[in-house]
Amino acid sequence: MTPAVMDGLMPHLIDWEVVAIMAPLLGALAGLVMPRAAAGIGIAAVGLTTLAVAALSWAVTTQGARMMALGGWGAPLGIDLRADGLAVMMLAMTAGVGLCISLSALAGQRARPAAGRPGVFWPLWLLLLAGLNGAYLSTDLFNLYVMLEVISLAAVGLTVMGGGAAALRAGFEYLMASMLGALLFLLAVGFVYLRFGRLDLMGLADLVTPGDPAMAGVLALMLVGLALKTALFPLHWWLPAAHASATAPASALLSALVVKVSLYIVLRVGQYLVPPTEGLVLLVGLAGGAAMIWGGIQALRAERLKLLVAWSTVAQIGLIFVAFARSGAAGTAESWKAAALLMLAHAVAKAAMFLAAGRIKDEVGHDEIARLDRSPVRPTLAQFTFALAAISLIGLPPSIGFAGKWLLMEGALAAGYWHWVALTFVGTLLSVAVFSRVMVPFLRFDRQRGPVGEHQGWALADAPPLVLALASFGLGLGAAQILTMLEVGEPFARATGAVLGGAP
Amino acid sequence: MSVPGPDLIYGVAGLGMFGLGLHHAMTAAAPLRRVLALKICAIGASFLLIVAAWRVAPGAIDAVPHALVITGIVVMVSAMAVALALIRRIRALQDGEDTQPGHTQAGDTQPGHTRNREGRQ
Repeated sequence: MTPAVMDGLMPHLIDWEVVAIMAPLLGALAGLVMPRAAAGIGIAAVGLTTLAVAALSWAVTTQGARMMALGGWGAPLGIDLRADGLAVMMLAMTAGVGLCISLSALAGQRARPAAGRPGVFWPLWLLLLAGLNGAYLSTDLFNLYVMLEVISLAAVGLTVMGGGAAALRAGFEYLMASMLGALLFLLAVGFVYLRFGRLDLMGLADLVTPGDPAMAGVLALMLVGLALKTALFPLHWWLPAAHASATAPASALLSALVVKVSLYIVLRVGQYLVPPTEGLVLLVGLAGGAAMIWGGIQALRAERLKLLVAWSTVAQIGLIFVAFARSGAAGTAESWKAAALLMLAHAVAKAAMFLAAGRIKDEVGHDEIARLDRSPVRPTLAQFTFALAAISLIGLPPSIGFAGKWLLMEGALAAGYWHWVALTFVGTLLSVAVFSRVMVPFLRFDRQRGPVGEHQGWALADAPPLVLALASFGLGLGAAQILTMLEVGEPFARATGAVLGGAP
Repeated sequence: MSVPGPDLIYGVAGLGMFGLGLHHAMTAAAPLRRVLALKICAIGASFLLIVAAWRVAPGAIDAVPHALVITGIVVMVSAMAVALALIRRIRALQDGEDTQPGHTQAGDTQPGHTRNREGRQ
């Protein structure tokens, strides 16, 4: 481990940032070398990462944002890691959701070792975790590019882990889209270096002048690349097949965590590089609105449960972009908080939903929506979890989804942008319709008469998704504290040396 | 920068390559062609970074973009390996379906491990 470095505020004994990245990375390597012990190593590494993230969150909320130079080499030549409120929220989200998915995967692998393929799953998931944590702590564009690639390679591996032909084809399409997105991002990074000779976000923030036409082109490239990676309509074609064909824990990881990292980078780029213009914000919002409607319609037409949940991800990503655009360019200094809250809401609820859908598929034996109510087995606990997650995704109180939508509506109304309110209403109605399609058959008991046992179709694997679904309500009640935490380190207040405590 | 120097020539060539790759990545149907098209995109983007390193004669070359290009090459090689392994695996599954249906599931585990190892170079 590198020696502790002064961050201008306080010296710390352990660099939790480094632990959060290195624990999963070393765990991934160890799991690869010792595939038989992969599950144990995996849980240990995820647990250690969660501890590191908890310690880091505590330090940031009590002492403010912190910054460290890896190996004592700071920007512009070296790599800085910075943890502020937004980064910590993303890290905590990844750790919490990741831990629940890990436990669920462990329970699933105990039940059917052959299908779970622990020797493959754990190294890939740990590599993904290292990439995600690295991206959330990065402060320079090239590091973000490398982390994006690490994440996408691990994510493609998780997609094709099931091994079927459909999963392999979906994984290949995903890889192509992901590589193209990363290359557009890399080209933009090249342009930025050509123009400014540095890539650290804070240094760039001081150099970029608003309304620079050359930079606008570069940022367009970067945003298209990121939109491709996060599956913003109309660049979403790869997502439904990829997320629907993966195994349940992999789907949950992909849908809940992987798409969020590109959204996070969009927020950071908006924070440091572009003072967003009205046209750009409108474009992003319209793409988001179209995603909500198209994703909703496709989810209504989906025949399989997992495909329905995957299309709902397309719609929810649209909602997050609408939240960012809710009150125009001038409002982005506040709107990003609504977007961040909805990202958290989606991560928690969608992980619960994909895991519950996987449990339902395991118990019933298929996931065709039309035949779900004709099964003699009723996985009631998984169905309950699905319903709770749906409530958060629809945005009913007191869930975190409601808090995010409330913030969206409030900002849009205050700024007089009625069209975003109308779009959100349409999107919400569509998601009510989508999830009703699934929930109505859950409640019908008369199609198949059989000896229904009291706790039939329950298993230990139901616990982690249920905890996640309940967490979306707990987080909803704590939304005010989350919003306060997001403001630590003042993201979006133009970064200056004074705010950051002695940055370059 | 008004007189076309090597930086401009390299820069325009890099952009041209990126455009060419982008066009083929979006229009080509064969999986291998799409992978190669993305490779050409990557080389185009690297050209741009190399231009950023270039300085007029007395100035020393900026080494940072060179380091970035080398990292980019490593990343691209890994991604390429995953893509090629996927193509081979899809091809093998298709052949398996053609000749002996029903045996496709049995061979799942072994090539899967191969793919995973290749993806980590």
